[in-house]
Amino acid sequence: MFFGRLISGDRPGSPILAIVLIAILLGLAFAPFLFPGTRSLDTAARICIFIALAASYDLLLGYTGIVSFAHVMFFGIGAYGAALGLDGLGRGFGSIAIGAAGGAVAAAALAFVIGLFSLRVRAIFFAMITLAVASAFAVMVSQFSDITGGEDGFSFKVPRELTPAFKIADGKLFGVSLNGKLLLYYFVFTGCLVLFLALLRVVNSPFGRVLQAIRENDFRAEAIGFRVVRYRIAATCLSAVAAALAGSLFAVWLRYAGPDAVLSFEIMVDVLLMVVIGGMGTMWGAVIGATLFVIAQSYLREVMGALSDATEGAPLLPDLFNPDRWLLWLGVIFVLSVYFFPTGVVGRLRGKD
Amino acid sequence: MPPAPVLETHGLTVRFGGHVAVDAVTCAFAPGELVAIVGPNGAGKTTYFNLISGQIPASAGTVMLAGRDITRASASSRTRAGLGRAFQLTNLFPNLTVRENVRLACQARLGRGFRLFSLASDDRELTAEAEAILARVRLASLAGQTVAALSHGDQRKLEVAILIALDPLVYMFDEPTAGMSADEAPVVLDLIAELKADAGRAILLVEHKMDVIGKLADRIIVLHNGALAADGEPAEVIASDVVQEAYLGRDLTEPAPEPAPEPTPESTGETPHV
Ligand SMILES: Nc1ncnc2c1ncn2[C@@H]1O[C@H](COP(=O)(O)OP(=O)(O)OP(=O)(O)O)[C@@H](O)[C@H]1O
Ligand SMILES: [Mg+2]
Repeated sequence: MFFGRLISGDRPGSPILAIVLIAILLGLAFAPFLFPGTRSLDTAARICIFIALAASYDLLLGYTGIVSFAHVMFFGIGAYGAALGLDGLGRGFGSIAIGAAGGAVAAAALAFVIGLFSLRVRAIFFAMITLAVASAFAVMVSQFSDITGGEDGFSFKVPRELTPAFKIADGKLFGVSLNGKLLLYYFVFTGCLVLFLALLRVVNSPFGRVLQAIRENDFRAEAIGFRVVRYRIAATCLSAVAAALAGSLFAVWLRYAGPDAVLSFEIMVDVLLMVVIGGMGTMWGAVIGATLFVIAQSYLREVMGALSDATEGAPLLPDLFNPDRWLLWLGVIFVLSVYFFPTGVVGRLRGKD
Repeated sequence: MPPAPVLETHGLTVRFGGHVAVDAVTCAFAPGELVAIVGPNGAGKTTYFNLISGQIPASAGTVMLAGRDITRASASSRTRAGLGRAFQLTNLFPNLTVRENVRLACQARLGRGFRLFSLASDDRELTAEAEAILARVRLASLAGQTVAALSHGDQRKLEVAILIALDPLVYMFDEPTAGMSADEAPVVLDLIAELKADAGRAILLVEHKMDVIGKLADRIIVLHNGALAADGEPAEVIASDVVQEAYLGRDLTEPAPEPAPEPTPESTGETPHV
């Protein structure tokens, strides 16, 4: 009952899906102990952050039916916000809070302005404007290198409690040393969990129902008395704020902010694919899509290296599985998954193809 | 003295290029009155509705609702002011459930759109109201279905349910029974009769079937080439020359020989992005 309310009554709707989601939750909750090692912990943290980011994008794309190419820009604004906060105000939790809040407010304000000027017109116009603004923003970030570090970005110090140098207790728990790195992971994990549950609540609120009505038939939504433009702008601002907060968490995790890491168009495409592969219009799709995507991105190269070695001697195959071709394979996997699961993995599992 | 009109149009006009689709229509509708709007295909009936409910802007003239000038108001604010419009071409939320379609209309009426952090499913009052309305239109058993899976007739009934959920001052029905089977149409017509009986609301009904009009209407107005050609008591309007002429000699007293072919999207001007 309590759990049902925690997930806003949004049941996965398929036993297999429920099991997979619980496995992902447990896997992430105990990641430092289940998958020890710097690399796998980094993968787990990225999964957390991209779940929150993909979920915030789905609020716009899947629930409201708005295509935006500026979503990663908001993510970047949040990341730079936290980074500048920590850099300028010193390594404290207060700096994170102020930086993240500043980033979120800036993201909301920019989203509001973009929405106000372009959501009144046709949907394609909004998509084009977001593309233009996001490109301009990326150029600006690299131009103002005094503040942003330009193309190289900049590193900064996070609170001491979140660094490996900080010892919580002597000794180890299940072979994992209890230090600030562990705290940092749980800081990110908790932040993302809260963000995700908040987004889940929003899409299941009366407001969320209106967004779906707008996606389904904006003409009729207006005709039954909803001010469609206002709802679209509100959804754009909300999703921008959520993206910015996810970005702040990402910057704290990386202890770094730079255009390639938090602002690139590549990430925008990744997030779009996560939402589409997982299944649009369901927050659970964002969980599945982000998890699959980040794991594929992190480990495909290894798998291919192993395959390449294993097929040593066979014609063509070792070459085809050469780890350098991993991007090609990632592409192939995506094309196939979109082709075979047009409603995403979640849609497929719910039997709604 | 007759009650003050709830809806009035004064010289309401719209031009599409050189074509005058609605031509200076001045007309008033009183509470409690059911007015049938007739006219041949392309006469401008749907366009007249579009001007009243704000789907397209008027070229000239005014629309007054309950004494207020709403000529420049948006479609959504007209709805909030009490104008309820059902569409000639079914126009619903296809991938949501039947219940959710009606619930949304109740939600819109009550202004409960901007609640972000409460659970929609907790608002049982809204769900109960939606279900009661679905029972009235005999759709209760289909409440959990998605709209896309409904038959045409059931979708038409849902249109009516949404309108009831809006609880407007003025109901506007645009050929509500078009394409419905002979046993389904009476459900909708009985509902319209009920609406007429139970509330002091005005009902505008575009309808081709003369037997239906004869039974329901208090008054008939005739549109012909966009202009108001007649306005009066049913019997007298049907018998008038102008109607005989407007319908090009068709015998209107004959009980409903299904005079109009099914409207095509192009002929109705109801493209959903006007
Ligand atoms: N948006 C528009 N642009 C151009 N012409 C239009 C538009 N909407 C309607 N018209 C034209 O206005 C005229 C009136 O059309 P309307 O749909 O109002 O007729 P109607 O009386 O509802 O006919 P029907 O009985 O077939 O539903 C038609 O000639 C139609 O082609
Ligand atoms: Mg019409």
